[in-house]
Amino acid sequence: MTDRQLITLRVNGEPYELVIEPRRTLADTLRQDLGLTGTHLGCEHGICGACTVLVDGAPARACLMFAVQAEDRDIRTVESLADGDELSDLQRAFSAHHALQCGFCTPGFLMLAEGFLAERPEATREEIRELVSSNLCRCTGYQPIVDAVEDCARRRQASRREHDRAACGEAERSGHAAGA
Amino acid sequence: MKPAAFTYHRARDVAGAIRLLAELGDEAKIIAGGQSLVAMMNYRLARPAHLVDIGRIGGLDHLRGDGSTLRIGALTTHHAVEVATDAWLGRGFTLLRDAMAWVGHLPIRTRGTVGGSLAHADATAEWCLLAVLLDAEIVASGPRGTRTIAAGDFFHGFYTTALAADEMITEVVFPRPAPHSALLEFAERRGDFAIVSAAVDLDVDEHRAGRAVRGGRVALGGVAPVPVRVPEAEAVLAEGGQAGPDLFRRCAAAAAAAIDPPGDGNGSADYRRALTQTLIEDACAKAVSR
Ligand SMILES: Cc1cc2nc3c(=O)[nH]c(=O)nc-3n(C[C@H](O)[C@H](O)[C@H](O)COP(=O)(O)OP(=O)(O)OC[C@H]3O[C@@H](n4cnc5c(N)ncnc54)[C@H](O)[C@@H]3O)c2cc1C
Ligand code: FES
Ligand code: FES
Repeated sequence: MTDRQLITLRVNGEPYELVIEPRRTLADTLRQDLGLTGTHLGCEHGICGACTVLVDGAPARACLMFAVQAEDRDIRTVESLADGDELSDLQRAFSAHHALQCGFCTPGFLMLAEGFLAERPEATREEIRELVSSNLCRCTGYQPIVDAVEDCARRRQASRREHDRAACGEAERSGHAAGA
Repeated sequence: MKPAAFTYHRARDVAGAIRLLAELGDEAKIIAGGQSLVAMMNYRLARPAHLVDIGRIGGLDHLRGDGSTLRIGALTTHHAVEVATDAWLGRGFTLLRDAMAWVGHLPIRTRGTVGGSLAHADATAEWCLLAVLLDAEIVASGPRGTRTIAAGDFFHGFYTTALAADEMITEVVFPRPAPHSALLEFAERRGDFAIVSAAVDLDVDEHRAGRAVRGGRVALGGVAPVPVRVPEAEAVLAEGGQAGPDLFRRCAAAAAAAIDPPGDGNGSADYRRALTQTLIEDACAKAVSR
Protein backbone atom coordinates (compact mmCIF):
# COMPACT_ATOMS: atom_id res chain seq x y z
CA MET A 1 0.00 0.00 0.00
CA THR A 2 1.57 3.30 -1.02
CA ASP A 3 -1.00 5.56 0.43
CA ARG A 4 0.65 8.96 0.42
CA GLN A 5 -0.60 12.10 2.03
CA LEU A 6 0.14 15.79 1.67
CA ILE A 7 1.04 17.32 5.01
CA THR A 8 2.41 20.59 6.26
CA LEU A 9 4.94 20.67 9.07
CA ARG A 10 6.46 23.54 11.01
CA VAL A 11 10.01 22.71 12.05
CA ASN A 12 12.28 25.23 13.75
CA GLY A 13 9.93 27.97 12.63
CA GLU A 14 10.06 26.98 8.93
CA PRO A 15 6.97 25.66 7.15
CA TYR A 16 7.36 22.57 4.94
CA GLU A 17 4.98 20.80 2.59
CA LEU A 18 5.60 17.09 2.15
CA VAL A 19 4.00 14.13 0.43
CA ILE A 20 4.70 11.14 2.65
CA GLU A 21 3.41 7.76 3.70
CA PRO A 22 1.50 7.93 6.99
CA ARG A 23 3.79 5.25 8.42
CA ARG A 24 6.74 7.66 8.25
CA THR A 25 7.75 8.51 11.82
CA LEU A 26 8.52 12.10 12.70
CA ALA A 27 12.15 11.07 13.31
CA ASP A 28 12.51 9.55 9.82
CA THR A 29 10.78 12.54 8.26
CA LEU A 30 13.13 14.99 9.95
CA ARG A 31 16.20 13.02 8.96
CA GLN A 32 15.34 11.71 5.52
CA ASP A 33 12.84 14.14 4.06
CA LEU A 34 14.05 17.37 5.64
CA GLY A 35 17.77 16.51 5.96
CA LEU A 36 17.76 17.48 9.64
CA THR A 37 20.06 14.67 10.74
CA GLY A 38 20.77 16.16 14.17
CA THR A 39 17.88 14.09 15.54
CA HIS A 40 19.36 10.62 16.07
CA LEU A 41 17.75 7.20 16.13
CA GLY A 42 18.94 4.53 18.52
CA CYS A 43 16.30 2.06 19.61
CA GLU A 44 13.17 3.17 17.71
CA HIS A 45 10.92 2.08 20.55
CA GLY A 46 11.04 4.88 23.07
CA ILE A 47 13.80 3.69 25.38
CA CYS A 48 17.00 5.56 24.48
CA GLY A 49 15.80 9.13 23.92
CA ALA A 50 18.33 9.90 21.14
CA CYS A 51 15.38 11.08 19.01
CA THR A 52 13.96 13.53 21.59
CA VAL A 53 12.59 16.74 20.03
CA LEU A 54 10.20 19.42 21.27
CA VAL A 55 6.55 19.21 20.22
CA ASP A 56 4.78 22.46 21.16
CA GLY A 57 7.64 23.02 23.60
CA ALA A 58 7.39 19.66 25.37
CA PRO A 59 10.06 16.95 25.02
CA ALA A 60 8.76 13.96 23.03
CA ARG A 61 10.15 10.86 21.32
CA ALA A 62 10.23 11.48 17.56
CA CYS A 63 10.39 7.71 16.95
CA LEU A 64 7.02 7.20 18.70
CA MET A 65 5.13 9.74 16.63
CA PHE A 66 4.05 9.68 13.01
CA ALA A 67 4.77 12.83 11.02
CA VAL A 68 1.06 13.06 10.14
CA GLN A 69 0.35 13.45 13.86
CA ALA A 70 2.75 16.40 14.00
CA GLU A 71 0.77 18.54 11.56
CA ASP A 72 0.06 22.03 12.96
CA ARG A 73 2.38 21.38 15.87
CA ASP A 74 5.47 23.44 16.53
CA ILE A 75 8.45 21.09 16.17
CA ARG A 76 11.90 22.06 17.39
CA THR A 77 15.04 20.03 16.80
CA VAL A 78 18.62 20.37 17.98
CA GLU A 79 19.38 22.41 14.85
CA SER A 80 17.37 25.27 16.37
CA LEU A 81 19.66 25.76 19.37
CA ALA A 82 22.76 27.37 17.88
CA ASP A 83 22.62 30.77 16.20
CA GLY A 84 24.87 30.22 13.20
CA ASP A 85 28.29 29.32 14.64
CA GLU A 86 27.29 30.64 18.06
CA LEU A 87 26.38 27.75 20.38
CA SER A 88 23.49 28.23 22.80
CA ASP A 89 24.15 28.56 26.55
CA LEU A 90 22.99 24.95 27.07
CA GLN A 91 25.32 23.66 24.34
CA ARG A 92 28.22 25.67 25.83
CA ALA A 93 27.50 24.16 29.25
CA PHE A 94 27.61 20.64 27.74
CA SER A 95 30.96 21.48 26.18
CA ALA A 96 32.39 23.05 29.34
CA HIS A 97 31.40 20.09 31.52
CA HIS A 98 32.47 17.40 29.02
CA ALA A 99 28.88 16.18 28.98
CA LEU A 100 29.52 14.33 25.74
CA GLN A 101 32.08 11.92 24.39
CA CYS A 102 30.89 10.21 21.20
CA GLY A 103 27.98 12.67 20.99
CA PHE A 104 25.39 10.21 19.73
CA CYS A 105 23.01 10.85 22.63
CA THR A 106 23.69 14.59 22.83
CA PRO A 107 20.90 16.00 20.62
CA GLY A 108 18.37 14.03 22.65
CA PHE A 109 19.73 15.22 25.99
CA LEU A 110 19.90 18.82 24.76
CA MET A 111 16.26 18.88 23.64
CA LEU A 112 15.17 17.04 26.79
CA ALA A 113 16.88 19.63 28.97
CA GLU A 114 15.76 22.57 26.83
CA GLY A 115 12.10 21.58 27.15
CA PHE A 116 12.37 20.75 30.83
CA LEU A 117 14.15 23.98 31.86
CA ALA A 118 11.56 26.04 29.98
CA GLU A 119 8.86 24.48 32.17
CA ARG A 120 10.89 24.29 35.39
CA PRO A 121 13.44 27.10 35.40
CA GLU A 122 14.04 26.70 39.16
CA ALA A 123 14.73 22.95 38.89
CA THR A 124 16.74 21.36 41.71
CA ARG A 125 19.69 19.05 41.12
CA GLU A 126 17.55 16.13 42.27
CA GLU A 127 14.92 16.95 39.64
CA ILE A 128 17.62 17.23 37.00
CA ARG A 129 19.00 13.79 37.97
CA GLU A 130 15.50 12.37 37.64
CA LEU A 131 15.06 14.04 34.25
CA VAL A 132 18.37 12.75 32.91
CA SER A 133 17.23 9.19 33.64
CA SER A 134 14.86 9.62 30.66
CA ASN A 135 17.61 9.10 28.09
CA LEU A 136 20.53 6.70 27.69
CA CYS A 137 24.18 7.66 27.39
CA ARG A 138 26.74 4.90 26.98
CA CYS A 139 29.83 7.12 27.38
CA THR A 140 29.71 9.80 30.04
CA GLY A 141 28.28 8.12 33.13
CA TYR A 142 25.65 10.91 33.30
CA GLN A 143 27.30 13.01 36.05
CA PRO A 144 28.71 15.57 33.59
CA ILE A 145 25.30 15.80 31.90
CA VAL A 146 23.65 16.56 35.25
CA ASP A 147 26.39 19.12 35.95
CA ALA A 148 25.91 20.80 32.57
CA VAL A 149 22.12 21.07 32.86
CA GLU A 150 22.38 22.37 36.42
CA ASP A 151 25.04 24.90 35.48
CA CYS A 152 22.91 26.16 32.59
CA ALA A 153 19.86 26.41 34.89
CA ARG A 154 21.83 28.42 37.49
CA ARG A 155 23.23 30.79 34.88
CA ARG A 156 19.79 31.41 33.45
CA GLN A 157 18.45 32.07 36.96
CA ALA A 158 21.26 34.53 37.64
CA SER A 159 20.69 36.38 34.40
CA ARG A 160 16.94 36.52 35.08
CA ARG A 161 17.62 38.04 38.50
CA GLU A 162 20.04 40.51 36.94
CA HIS A 163 17.41 41.42 34.37
CA ASP A 164 14.70 41.81 37.06
CA ARG A 165 17.00 44.03 39.14
CA ALA A 166 17.78 46.16 36.13
CA ALA A 167 14.07 46.43 35.28
CA CYS A 168 13.33 47.31 38.92
CA GLY A 169 16.04 49.99 39.00
CA GLU A 170 14.70 51.36 35.74
CA ALA A 171 11.19 51.56 37.18
CA GLU A 172 12.46 53.24 40.35
CA ARG A 173 14.44 55.80 38.41
CA SER A 174 11.50 56.63 36.16
CA GLY A 175 9.28 56.69 39.28
CA HIS A 176 11.59 59.31 40.89
CA ALA A 177 11.72 61.25 37.68
CA ALA A 178 7.94 61.33 37.53
CA GLY A 179 7.71 62.38 41.20
CA ALA A 180 10.30 65.14 40.81
CA MET B 1 12.11 -1.40 12.93
CA LYS B 2 9.73 0.33 10.52
CA PRO B 3 5.96 -0.03 10.82
CA ALA B 4 3.87 -1.69 8.12
CA ALA B 5 1.88 0.60 5.86
CA PHE B 6 -1.52 1.82 7.01
CA THR B 7 -4.17 4.36 6.07
CA TYR B 8 -4.46 7.33 8.39
CA HIS B 9 -7.77 8.82 9.49
CA ARG B 10 -8.14 11.84 11.73
CA ALA B 11 -11.32 11.85 13.79
CA ARG B 12 -12.95 15.22 14.38
CA ASP B 13 -15.18 14.14 17.24
CA VAL B 14 -16.17 11.07 19.25
CA ALA B 15 -19.09 10.23 16.96
CA GLY B 16 -16.78 10.41 13.95
CA ALA B 17 -14.19 8.15 15.58
CA ILE B 18 -16.82 5.55 16.41
CA ARG B 19 -18.27 5.69 12.91
CA LEU B 20 -14.80 5.09 11.44
CA LEU B 21 -14.11 2.20 13.81
CA ALA B 22 -17.45 0.58 12.98
CA GLU B 23 -16.91 1.02 9.22
CA LEU B 24 -13.32 -0.17 9.13
CA GLY B 25 -13.86 -3.14 11.44
CA ASP B 26 -11.11 -5.25 12.98
CA GLU B 27 -8.44 -3.81 10.71
CA ALA B 28 -8.65 -0.44 12.45
CA LYS B 29 -7.05 0.77 15.66
CA ILE B 30 -7.30 3.97 17.64
CA ILE B 31 -4.12 5.95 18.13
CA ALA B 32 -4.01 8.42 21.03
CA GLY B 33 -0.54 9.32 22.37
CA GLY B 34 1.07 6.46 20.47
CA GLN B 35 3.47 5.70 23.33
CA SER B 36 2.57 2.02 23.40
CA LEU B 37 1.09 1.53 19.94
CA VAL B 38 3.87 3.08 17.83
CA ALA B 39 6.53 1.05 19.65
CA MET B 40 4.50 -2.11 18.90
CA MET B 41 4.04 -1.05 15.28
CA ASN B 42 7.77 -0.37 14.91
CA TYR B 43 8.36 -3.95 16.05
CA ARG B 44 5.46 -5.07 13.80
CA LEU B 45 3.84 -6.69 16.82
CA ALA B 46 0.86 -4.61 15.71
CA ARG B 47 0.07 -4.08 12.02
CA PRO B 48 -3.27 -2.27 11.83
CA ALA B 49 -4.39 -1.49 8.27
CA HIS B 50 -6.08 1.70 9.48
CA LEU B 51 -5.26 4.12 12.26
CA VAL B 52 -7.95 6.38 13.66
CA ASP B 53 -6.21 9.34 15.28
CA ILE B 54 -8.29 10.64 18.18
CA GLY B 55 -5.57 13.07 19.29
CA ARG B 56 -7.30 16.13 17.81
CA ILE B 57 -10.73 15.55 19.31
CA GLY B 58 -11.54 18.55 21.49
CA GLY B 59 -12.96 18.43 25.01
CA LEU B 60 -11.38 15.12 26.06
CA ASP B 61 -8.33 16.45 27.88
CA HIS B 62 -10.06 17.67 31.03
CA LEU B 63 -9.26 17.18 34.67
CA ARG B 64 -12.32 18.18 36.64
CA GLY B 65 -12.61 17.74 40.37
CA ASP B 66 -15.40 18.95 42.64
CA GLY B 67 -13.81 17.71 45.87
CA SER B 68 -15.73 14.44 46.00
CA THR B 69 -15.24 13.06 42.46
CA LEU B 70 -12.58 13.59 39.85
CA ARG B 71 -13.29 13.20 36.13
CA ILE B 72 -10.35 12.79 33.78
CA GLY B 73 -10.67 12.95 29.99
CA ALA B 74 -9.29 10.07 27.94
CA LEU B 75 -6.84 12.38 26.16
CA THR B 76 -5.49 13.97 29.35
CA THR B 77 -1.77 13.24 29.35
CA HIS B 78 0.16 11.72 32.24
CA HIS B 79 2.13 14.97 32.35
CA ALA B 80 -1.00 17.12 32.67
CA VAL B 81 -1.90 15.15 35.80
CA GLU B 82 1.69 15.36 37.05
CA VAL B 83 1.62 19.18 37.00
CA ALA B 84 -2.01 19.62 38.12
CA THR B 85 -2.44 21.99 41.06
CA ASP B 86 -4.15 21.06 44.33
CA ALA B 87 -7.03 23.31 43.34
CA TRP B 88 -7.63 21.28 40.18
CA LEU B 89 -7.29 17.92 41.83
CA GLY B 90 -8.76 18.43 45.28
CA ARG B 91 -6.88 17.25 48.36
CA GLY B 92 -8.19 13.71 48.20
CA PHE B 93 -6.75 13.03 44.76
CA THR B 94 -3.10 14.03 45.05
CA LEU B 95 -2.20 10.32 44.93
CA LEU B 96 -2.88 10.42 41.18
CA ARG B 97 -0.43 13.27 40.70
CA ASP B 98 2.26 11.62 42.81
CA ALA B 99 1.86 8.33 40.96
CA MET B 100 2.72 9.91 37.60
CA ALA B 101 6.43 10.05 38.47
CA TRP B 102 6.41 6.25 38.06
CA VAL B 103 5.03 6.32 34.50
CA GLY B 104 8.01 6.04 32.15
CA HIS B 105 9.83 9.33 31.72
CA LEU B 106 8.92 12.95 30.98
CA PRO B 107 8.99 12.60 27.15
CA ILE B 108 6.64 9.60 27.44
CA ARG B 109 4.35 11.40 29.87
CA THR B 110 4.00 14.50 27.68
CA ARG B 111 2.28 12.38 24.99
CA GLY B 112 0.92 9.23 26.66
CA THR B 113 -2.72 9.48 27.70
CA VAL B 114 -4.86 8.18 30.55
CA GLY B 115 -7.35 6.57 28.14
CA GLY B 116 -4.54 4.92 26.18
CA SER B 117 -3.04 3.44 29.34
CA LEU B 118 -6.36 1.97 30.44
CA ALA B 119 -7.14 0.57 26.98
CA HIS B 120 -3.63 -0.85 26.57
CA ALA B 121 -4.01 -2.55 29.97
CA ASP B 122 -0.42 -3.43 30.79
CA ALA B 123 -0.40 -5.60 33.93
CA THR B 124 1.78 -3.08 35.79
CA ALA B 125 0.48 0.18 34.33
CA GLU B 126 -0.05 2.74 37.08
CA TRP B 127 -3.41 3.96 35.75
CA CYS B 128 -4.81 0.44 35.72
CA LEU B 129 -3.68 -0.13 39.31
CA LEU B 130 -5.10 3.22 40.45
CA ALA B 131 -8.41 2.50 38.71
CA VAL B 132 -8.74 -0.88 40.45
CA LEU B 133 -7.68 0.49 43.84
CA LEU B 134 -10.05 3.45 43.78
CA ASP B 135 -13.06 1.75 42.10
CA ALA B 136 -12.85 4.03 39.08
CA GLU B 137 -15.52 3.97 36.40
CA ILE B 138 -14.47 3.88 32.78
CA VAL B 139 -16.81 5.64 30.38
CA ALA B 140 -16.83 4.25 26.84
CA SER B 141 -18.78 5.25 23.72
CA GLY B 142 -19.66 2.96 20.82
CA PRO B 143 -22.24 2.50 18.09
CA ARG B 144 -24.64 1.12 20.70
CA GLY B 145 -24.31 4.16 22.93
CA THR B 146 -22.35 5.11 26.01
CA ARG B 147 -21.73 2.79 28.94
CA THR B 148 -19.85 2.92 32.21
CA ILE B 149 -17.66 -0.01 33.17
CA ALA B 150 -16.42 -0.55 36.72
CA ALA B 151 -12.62 -0.92 36.84
CA GLY B 152 -13.12 -4.24 38.60
CA ASP B 153 -14.86 -5.59 35.47
CA PHE B 154 -12.74 -3.79 32.90
CA PHE B 155 -9.45 -5.71 32.86
CA HIS B 156 -9.81 -9.25 31.47
CA GLY B 157 -6.21 -10.41 31.08
CA PHE B 158 -2.85 -9.43 29.57
CA TYR B 159 -3.60 -6.47 27.28
CA THR B 160 -7.29 -7.43 27.15
CA THR B 161 -10.22 -5.38 28.38
CA ALA B 162 -13.99 -5.26 28.28
CA LEU B 163 -13.87 -2.75 25.39
CA ALA B 164 -15.30 -3.81 22.03
CA ALA B 165 -13.22 -3.04 18.92
CA ASP B 166 -15.59 -0.22 17.96
CA GLU B 167 -15.71 1.36 21.41
CA MET B 168 -13.65 4.25 22.64
CA ILE B 169 -12.89 5.41 26.17
CA THR B 170 -13.91 9.02 26.65
CA GLU B 171 -13.43 9.53 30.37
CA VAL B 172 -12.48 7.89 33.65
CA VAL B 173 -14.23 8.86 36.85
CA PHE B 174 -12.68 8.51 40.29
CA PRO B 175 -15.77 8.45 42.50
CA ARG B 176 -14.37 9.30 45.93
CA PRO B 177 -11.35 11.01 47.47
CA ALA B 178 -8.49 8.94 48.89
CA PRO B 179 -6.68 11.27 51.28
CA HIS B 180 -4.64 8.49 52.94
CA SER B 181 -3.32 6.59 49.96
CA ALA B 182 0.01 5.79 48.35
CA LEU B 183 1.50 3.93 45.39
CA LEU B 184 4.98 2.44 45.42
CA GLU B 185 6.76 0.14 43.05
CA PHE B 186 10.02 -1.51 42.21
CA ALA B 187 11.70 -1.68 38.82
CA GLU B 188 15.33 -2.35 38.04
CA ARG B 189 15.76 0.94 36.23
CA ARG B 190 14.00 4.24 36.81
CA GLY B 191 11.00 4.58 34.53
CA ASP B 192 10.69 0.93 33.54
CA PHE B 193 7.44 -0.91 33.99
CA ALA B 194 7.41 -2.23 37.58
CA ILE B 195 8.19 -5.80 38.58
CA VAL B 196 5.68 -5.36 41.40
CA SER B 197 3.64 -2.27 42.20
CA ALA B 198 1.52 -1.79 45.31
CA ALA B 199 -1.14 0.77 46.12
CA VAL B 200 -3.12 1.25 49.32
CA ASP B 201 -6.00 3.49 50.33
CA LEU B 202 -6.54 3.56 54.10
CA ASP B 203 -9.59 4.64 56.10
CA VAL B 204 -8.04 6.57 58.96
CA ASP B 205 -9.92 7.78 62.01
CA GLU B 206 -8.65 11.34 62.19
CA HIS B 207 -10.36 12.08 65.50
CA ARG B 208 -8.71 9.49 67.65
CA ALA B 209 -5.32 10.19 69.13
CA GLY B 210 -2.49 8.24 67.52
CA ARG B 211 -4.52 7.63 64.34
CA ALA B 212 -6.48 4.43 64.11
CA VAL B 213 -7.00 2.49 60.90
CA ARG B 214 -10.63 1.38 60.35
CA GLY B 215 -10.17 -0.40 57.03
CA GLY B 216 -8.80 0.11 53.57
CA ARG B 217 -8.09 -1.17 50.12
CA VAL B 218 -4.95 -2.90 48.84
CA ALA B 219 -4.13 -3.46 45.15
CA LEU B 220 -1.14 -5.04 43.44
CA GLY B 221 0.30 -4.95 39.92
CA GLY B 222 2.76 -7.43 38.45
CA VAL B 223 1.50 -10.44 40.43
CA ALA B 224 -1.28 -11.47 38.03
CA PRO B 225 -2.28 -10.76 34.39
CA VAL B 226 -4.36 -7.81 35.61
CA PRO B 227 -4.05 -5.50 38.62
CA VAL B 228 -5.78 -7.17 41.57
CA ARG B 229 -7.33 -6.22 44.88
CA VAL B 230 -6.21 -8.41 47.78
CA PRO B 231 -9.21 -9.17 50.05
CA GLU B 232 -7.02 -11.09 52.54
CA ALA B 233 -4.92 -7.97 53.18
CA GLU B 234 -8.00 -5.74 53.27
CA ALA B 235 -9.50 -8.05 55.93
CA VAL B 236 -6.53 -7.33 58.19
CA LEU B 237 -7.11 -3.60 57.76
CA ALA B 238 -10.85 -4.02 58.38
CA GLU B 239 -10.15 -5.58 61.79
CA GLY B 240 -8.65 -2.19 62.53
CA GLY B 241 -5.97 -1.11 64.91
CA GLN B 242 -3.35 1.46 65.71
CA ALA B 243 -1.68 2.78 62.56
CA GLY B 244 1.87 1.51 62.75
CA PRO B 245 4.46 -1.08 61.74
CA ASP B 246 2.72 -4.02 63.43
CA LEU B 247 -0.58 -3.60 61.60
CA PHE B 248 1.12 -2.80 58.30
CA ARG B 249 3.44 -5.83 58.56
CA ARG B 250 0.46 -8.14 59.15
CA CYS B 251 -1.47 -6.60 56.28
CA ALA B 252 1.51 -7.05 53.91
CA ALA B 253 2.11 -10.62 55.09
CA ALA B 254 -1.52 -11.52 54.38
CA ALA B 255 -1.10 -10.18 50.84
CA ALA B 256 2.21 -11.97 50.24
CA ALA B 257 0.64 -15.25 51.39
CA ALA B 258 -2.52 -14.80 49.32
CA ILE B 259 -1.00 -14.10 45.89
CA ASP B 260 0.27 -16.63 43.38
CA PRO B 261 2.67 -14.49 41.35
CA PRO B 262 4.38 -15.61 38.14
CA GLY B 263 8.11 -16.24 38.02
CA ASP B 264 9.93 -14.94 34.95
CA GLY B 265 13.10 -13.24 33.80
CA ASN B 266 12.26 -10.19 35.90
CA GLY B 267 11.96 -12.12 39.15
CA SER B 268 10.92 -15.39 40.69
CA ALA B 269 7.59 -15.89 42.44
CA ASP B 270 9.36 -15.71 45.82
CA TYR B 271 11.06 -12.48 44.85
CA ARG B 272 7.71 -10.98 43.88
CA ARG B 273 6.29 -12.07 47.25
CA ALA B 274 9.19 -10.41 49.06
CA LEU B 275 8.65 -7.21 47.06
CA THR B 276 4.93 -7.35 47.90
CA GLN B 277 5.72 -7.53 51.62
CA THR B 278 8.07 -4.54 51.53
CA LEU B 279 6.06 -2.39 49.16
CA ILE B 280 2.75 -2.76 51.03
CA GLU B 281 4.36 -2.04 54.40
CA ASP B 282 6.04 1.07 53.01
CA ALA B 283 2.94 2.19 51.10
CA CYS B 284 0.80 1.91 54.27
CA ALA B 285 3.33 3.96 56.24
CA LYS B 286 3.40 6.59 53.51
CA ALA B 287 -0.39 6.65 53.17
CA VAL B 288 -1.01 7.20 56.87
CA SER B 289 1.53 10.01 57.06
CA ARG B 290 -0.24 12.04 54.37
C1 LIG C 1 9.95 3.84 27.32
C2 LIG C 1 8.53 3.72 27.80
C3 LIG C 1 8.27 3.51 29.14
C4 LIG C 1 6.96 3.41 29.61
N1 LIG C 1 6.76 3.19 30.93
C5 LIG C 1 5.50 3.09 31.40
C6 LIG C 1 5.25 2.86 32.79
O1 LIG C 1 6.17 2.74 33.59
N2 LIG C 1 3.95 2.77 33.18
C7 LIG C 1 2.91 2.89 32.30
O2 LIG C 1 1.76 2.81 32.72
N3 LIG C 1 3.11 3.11 31.00
C8 LIG C 1 4.38 3.21 30.53
N4 LIG C 1 4.56 3.43 29.19
C9 LIG C 1 3.38 3.47 28.28
C10 LIG C 1 2.69 4.82 28.30
O3 LIG C 1 2.12 5.06 29.55
C11 LIG C 1 1.58 4.94 27.27
O4 LIG C 1 1.27 6.29 27.26
C12 LIG C 1 0.27 4.25 27.51
O5 LIG C 1 0.46 2.88 27.74
C13 LIG C 1 -0.63 4.32 26.29
O6 LIG C 1 -1.19 5.59 26.11
P1 LIG C 1 -1.17 6.26 24.69
O7 LIG C 1 -2.03 7.45 24.75
O8 LIG C 1 0.23 6.50 24.27
O9 LIG C 1 -1.88 5.15 23.80
P2 LIG C 1 -1.56 4.57 22.36
O10 LIG C 1 -0.18 4.04 22.30
O11 LIG C 1 -1.95 5.57 21.32
O12 LIG C 1 -2.60 3.36 22.32
C14 LIG C 1 -2.42 2.22 23.13
C15 LIG C 1 -3.59 1.27 22.93
O13 LIG C 1 -4.78 1.82 23.47
C16 LIG C 1 -5.78 2.00 22.47
N5 LIG C 1 -6.43 3.28 22.80
C17 LIG C 1 -5.80 4.47 23.01
N6 LIG C 1 -6.69 5.40 23.43
C18 LIG C 1 -7.90 4.78 23.47
C19 LIG C 1 -9.21 5.21 23.84
N7 LIG C 1 -9.46 6.47 24.24
N8 LIG C 1 -10.22 4.30 23.77
C20 LIG C 1 -9.98 3.01 23.37
N9 LIG C 1 -8.77 2.56 23.02
C21 LIG C 1 -7.73 3.43 23.07
C22 LIG C 1 -5.05 1.97 21.15
O14 LIG C 1 -5.85 1.48 20.12
C23 LIG C 1 -3.91 1.01 21.46
O15 LIG C 1 -4.34 -0.31 21.36
C24 LIG C 1 5.87 3.53 28.70
C25 LIG C 1 6.12 3.75 27.34
C26 LIG C 1 7.43 3.84 26.89
C27 LIG C 1 7.68 4.05 25.42
S1 FES D 1 15.20 6.19 18.98
FE1 FES D 1 13.48 7.11 19.90
S2 FES D 1 13.76 6.62 21.97
FE2 FES D 1 15.37 5.50 21.02
S1 FES E 1 28.23 10.63 24.63
FE1 FES E 1 28.30 8.66 23.71
S2 FES E 1 26.33 7.92 24.20
FE2 FES E 1 26.38 9.70 25.30
